[in-house]
Amino acid sequence: MKVNGGKFKVRSICVGAGLISLLAVSLSVAIFFGSENLTFFEMTETQRAILYDVRIPRVLLGACVGASLALAGASLQALLRNPLAEPYLLGVSNGAALGTMLAFVFFESFEFSRPVLAIVGAALATFAVYQMARSRAGMNVERLILSGVIVTTFLSSIIILMTSLLDATKLRSFTFWLLGDLSQATKGGFYLSLIAVVVGGVILASQARALNLMMIGERDAFDFGVEIGKTRMIVFSVASGLVGISVAASGSVGFVGLIVPHLVRLAAGSDNRNVLPFSALFGASFVVIADTFARTVIAPRELPVGAITALIGCPLFIYLLKKN
Amino acid sequence: MLKAKNISINYGATRILYEVSISIDRGEITAVLGANGAGKTTLLRGLNRTLPLSSGEILLNGKSLGDLSRVEIARKITVVAQENETKFPVTVLEFVLAGRFAHGSLFGWETERDVEIARDCLKLCDLKEFEDRAMNELSGGERQRVLLARAVATEAQILLLDEPTNNLDLSHQAMMFRLVKERTKTCESAAVVITHDLNLASEFADKILLLKNGKMLATGTPKEVLTQENLREVYGVKVLLDQNPVSKNVRITTIY
Repeated sequence: MKVNGGKFKVRSICVGAGLISLLAVSLSVAIFFGSENLTFFEMTETQRAILYDVRIPRVLLGACVGASLALAGASLQALLRNPLAEPYLLGVSNGAALGTMLAFVFFESFEFSRPVLAIVGAALATFAVYQMARSRAGMNVERLILSGVIVTTFLSSIIILMTSLLDATKLRSFTFWLLGDLSQATKGGFYLSLIAVVVGGVILASQARALNLMMIGERDAFDFGVEIGKTRMIVFSVASGLVGISVAASGSVGFVGLIVPHLVRLAAGSDNRNVLPFSALFGASFVVIADTFARTVIAPRELPVGAITALIGCPLFIYLLKKN
Repeated sequence: MLKAKNISINYGATRILYEVSISIDRGEITAVLGANGAGKTTLLRGLNRTLPLSSGEILLNGKSLGDLSRVEIARKITVVAQENETKFPVTVLEFVLAGRFAHGSLFGWETERDVEIARDCLKLCDLKEFEDRAMNELSGGERQRVLLARAVATEAQILLLDEPTNNLDLSHQAMMFRLVKERTKTCESAAVVITHDLNLASEFADKILLLKNGKMLATGTPKEVLTQENLREVYGVKVLLDQNPVSKNVRITTIY
């Protein structure tokens, strides 16, 4: 089976192989480098504990969070026909953050209350933005971004109001988490994120061909056989689930869903059958690298990983907005 | 092939189309004519169930269109409509391959046959050298031809075309109609074309449906429908009708 006369396929294989190698290298580097540098052959008991209980869960969680956010961004962009659609900018991450916070304040004893309420929050924010951005004439870039800003601002206000319910210690850790923080990584959080990214990735991959048509136009997609209501529901649900679980585990790591799919499209074209898996691979590497930087640059102190991704993402957002 | 029986379509509370009946038959081109706002596009969008019917029924090869899934409809009926501009760098070949959606599997890639069909369609539409070009780099006329290539690539039996000659120069207008005519004759298919060019309709259509304010004013062969009375009633202008000296079909000249 050759696609586009073989040329396309060779390019895809090269990009895919490059991204797998990048992920392998970034995972290895991230696991052994940190405020405590580790070598695989000679390790003390403490170093071994750091490696297995702290470093590996954190790095692997970072990879899953990166993959999830990039998948959510890439699929939302295709669905909404807008390369600027991104979970953080659309307020989806803030919806999840509010859900997590509600769980944090009111249901702390229930282990799964954080991811469950985060998913609900993400889904409600997605629904609200979509409804606000839609008009009879369709959905343009400005309207979508403005709707995202309104929802983000509204949810941020509620989050700030709710922080008054927290004591000083909780407040500091919550503020750090809100900016995107992987330092609280647990094995449980990693397993949940891994399941989410695998299941969500497969479901989104099943919609990749439909998204190729949705990306051109909803009416085109409908004319050529896409059940657009079903595709919309699947993508919104899966993207909300991925963002919700990521935010519950690591806070709002912004701009991953914007930067990663954009660079992937530059390298591999716009076909979502490539864009989705490649975004997952590159998103994983991107967050792992950003987090390694965040925890080593001012070691032993740490920066929130979300601050690093935002530093890269903001200029790109401005560039894309100008280009659009 | 496709029979619409007394179909009416509403936008909210406003009725746009009133009890229109039309039979789209194998080997025929049906032109839909009417002034702006007459309900032509609404009729076309009703014929492939993009718009729901308020009343009436559409039968595709004897089966009610309402009982068929989107994929089943897309395999039989395809549309060339006004295109939305995409913000993503989609190539011409990728765009035309999207026309094969209804023939593929859930996780699948296009087969060699799909690519071959897409390339043949590009060639037919005079776009052989364009396959690697990005869609948003093309001119309006080139994009219009890509839309036709994508529709032809579906291999659907019924082609619905909404003002397909928009943005096309004279030679490509003729190419577009010749291609549609050839397909209807050789591929056992049929086409419905919305156009404002009465002379093109007269030359290429086997049947004409004339709409006024959402209602069917006349239907029949070009000779039967393109009369001075009908055209004055629909467009409110005087026309001169004579015979095209080459094709012997009705020729329409507006009197200003």
